Amino acid sequence: MRRSRALAPIAAFLGLAVVVAVLPSFVSGFRAQQFAYVAIYLTALIGLNILTGYTGQISLGHGAFMAIGGYTTAILMVDHGVKDIWTIPVAAVVTGVVGFLFGIPALRLSGLYLALATFAVAVSMPAVIKRFEGFTGGGGGLNLFGLPELTASLEPVTVLGRELTFNDWLYYLCWTVALVGYVIAWLMLRGRTGRALRAVRDSETAAQSSGVSLPAYKTLAFGVSAAYAGVAGSLFAIATTFVNPDTFPIALSILLLVGVVVGGLGSLVGLIAGAVFIQFLPIWSQQVSKSPGAPAVVSGVVLIALMFVLPMGVAGLAARLRTLTKR
Amino acid sequence: MADFWQQVVAGLASGSIYASLALALVLIHRATGVINFAQGEMATFSTYIAWALTTNHGWSYWPAFAVTLLASFAGGVAIHQGIIRPNEKGSVLRVVIVTIGLLLALNGLVTWIWSGEVRAMQSPFPTRTMDIAGVAISIQDIGTIGVVLATVAVLWALFQYTKVGLAMRAAAVNPAEARLVGVRVTWMLSLGWGLAAVLGAISGMLAAPSLFLDPNLMAALLIYAFAAAVLGGIDSPIGAVVGGLTLGVGLNLIGAYVDFVGADLRLPAALAVILVVLLVKPSGIFGKSEVRRV
Repeated sequence: MRRSRALAPIAAFLGLAVVVAVLPSFVSGFRAQQFAYVAIYLTALIGLNILTGYTGQISLGHGAFMAIGGYTTAILMVDHGVKDIWTIPVAAVVTGVVGFLFGIPALRLSGLYLALATFAVAVSMPAVIKRFEGFTGGGGGLNLFGLPELTASLEPVTVLGRELTFNDWLYYLCWTVALVGYVIAWLMLRGRTGRALRAVRDSETAAQSSGVSLPAYKTLAFGVSAAYAGVAGSLFAIATTFVNPDTFPIALSILLLVGVVVGGLGSLVGLIAGAVFIQFLPIWSQQVSKSPGAPAVVSGVVLIALMFVLPMGVAGLAARLRTLTKR
Repeated sequence: MADFWQQVVAGLASGSIYASLALALVLIHRATGVINFAQGEMATFSTYIAWALTTNHGWSYWPAFAVTLLASFAGGVAIHQGIIRPNEKGSVLRVVIVTIGLLLALNGLVTWIWSGEVRAMQSPFPTRTMDIAGVAISIQDIGTIGVVLATVAVLWALFQYTKVGLAMRAAAVNPAEARLVGVRVTWMLSLGWGLAAVLGAISGMLAAPSLFLDPNLMAALLIYAFAAAVLGGIDSPIGAVVGGLTLGVGLNLIGAYVDFVGADLRLPAALAVILVVLLVKPSGIFGKSEVRRV
């Protein structure tokens, strides 16, 4: 019984890895690029899920962490001539440290107030980026296209004996990162750490009295979660070959939360569903209306509808917030 | 020195706009314990109604203003009854996600109906300036401050001297006992949402002439309003007004005299206010600190 429970997710994961590996042979380069974005959102969602799903800390500001990751990559590539893939771990470290530091004041904020503070961070991020023009290129942004540091952008790259166009390369890069990220998260969450984080979510008081250090685990969750968002932002910059302050708007932060909620906060399959939702929503909503406002309307309505029919999708969080805000 | 006072008056004008939106947030937070992330988008929607009435249908300003307030009130009540109330049971997170869904939906709807173009909104006040003791003060600023102060006075009277106001206060403070003495709590909460929508509409209509109307008009204003509400104490109506005015003047002076901040870093400055207040004195200036039983 116990054994089959451990084997099922591994089998599901391997199945997914196989599907991911062979998929580009059956779809166009354009589709491959779209699926690469799914992997990018998946990476960010895995991170947000550690913070929101496991630890119960709401963040409406993960787009800001993605911005930090994206700009780390862009600045390293443009100003320091670092090859794109090597900027990804740097982005993870930089964003992880920022997230960890942000986690320290966030310790004093709970529930609604954390949502509010992170929301404000995400809204003011573009203004900060514009202000430090010399560093970030200001409103004009930084262009990566055509740089020799951007792998496969000018001519196909050969990996393991296969020649890959930019779109296919992007696809494999993003999915490799996302799946490795998932395995790391899975390893981290299945043991002691995961148990401690869930304890913090379900009842801070109970967790504390069982010897779980709230500051340690909450800041850890913030740091790790931000590092994932940073990696996603880094990949996002590589994929769009361009960053400017509007690459990471507040809408992105909100969509990430939408993705986690759609995914039902938990399983890999759920998170992939959330990532697919974020990526393909604008395309699907074209069926409803060609207006640029349509995607927002559709995602807003879906979000509200989910709360009507599936409030249990956020059961763990719900339970935690109930204890927190009981009056 | 004249320049300084000019900045102060301009700050009071923008501060009064923050104050009315902050007051809307406080009304809802006091009654239901929810932070309404859609407050700004509700206000934008209302402002577009006023814009459509004046520009597309040729109404003059004040009738359009009044009709917009009525429509906003109805909209606020409808949103509470139809969308918020069914999700109020259980967790606060559920309502927060609903208000975020509402934020997205209303923002998209505005673009859908009226397109994303930037529009010029007419102002009821002349753009001339008035000279008071050597200080040039724009009449629009004075009008803005006047409208907000009048609104606050009316609201205060409503809560203080009418039976409905008393019932609303009772419903917010102690819903269970209010229900026992015959207050229709749910409708009082809906009324609160209606009034909050009206306050938001006022702030939107006052902000639009100088900031120009586009679907994201209120996104930054919402952050200023959050900062104002948090600064004054998120449960205190007086705090919202004082917080709004303080923030308006403070940000304006910092923007004018501190080169590093300038016009660009006003939003992050508001964020800093939110963080510092929440960390140092979470109850704000006028709020009572929350006591929680574990």
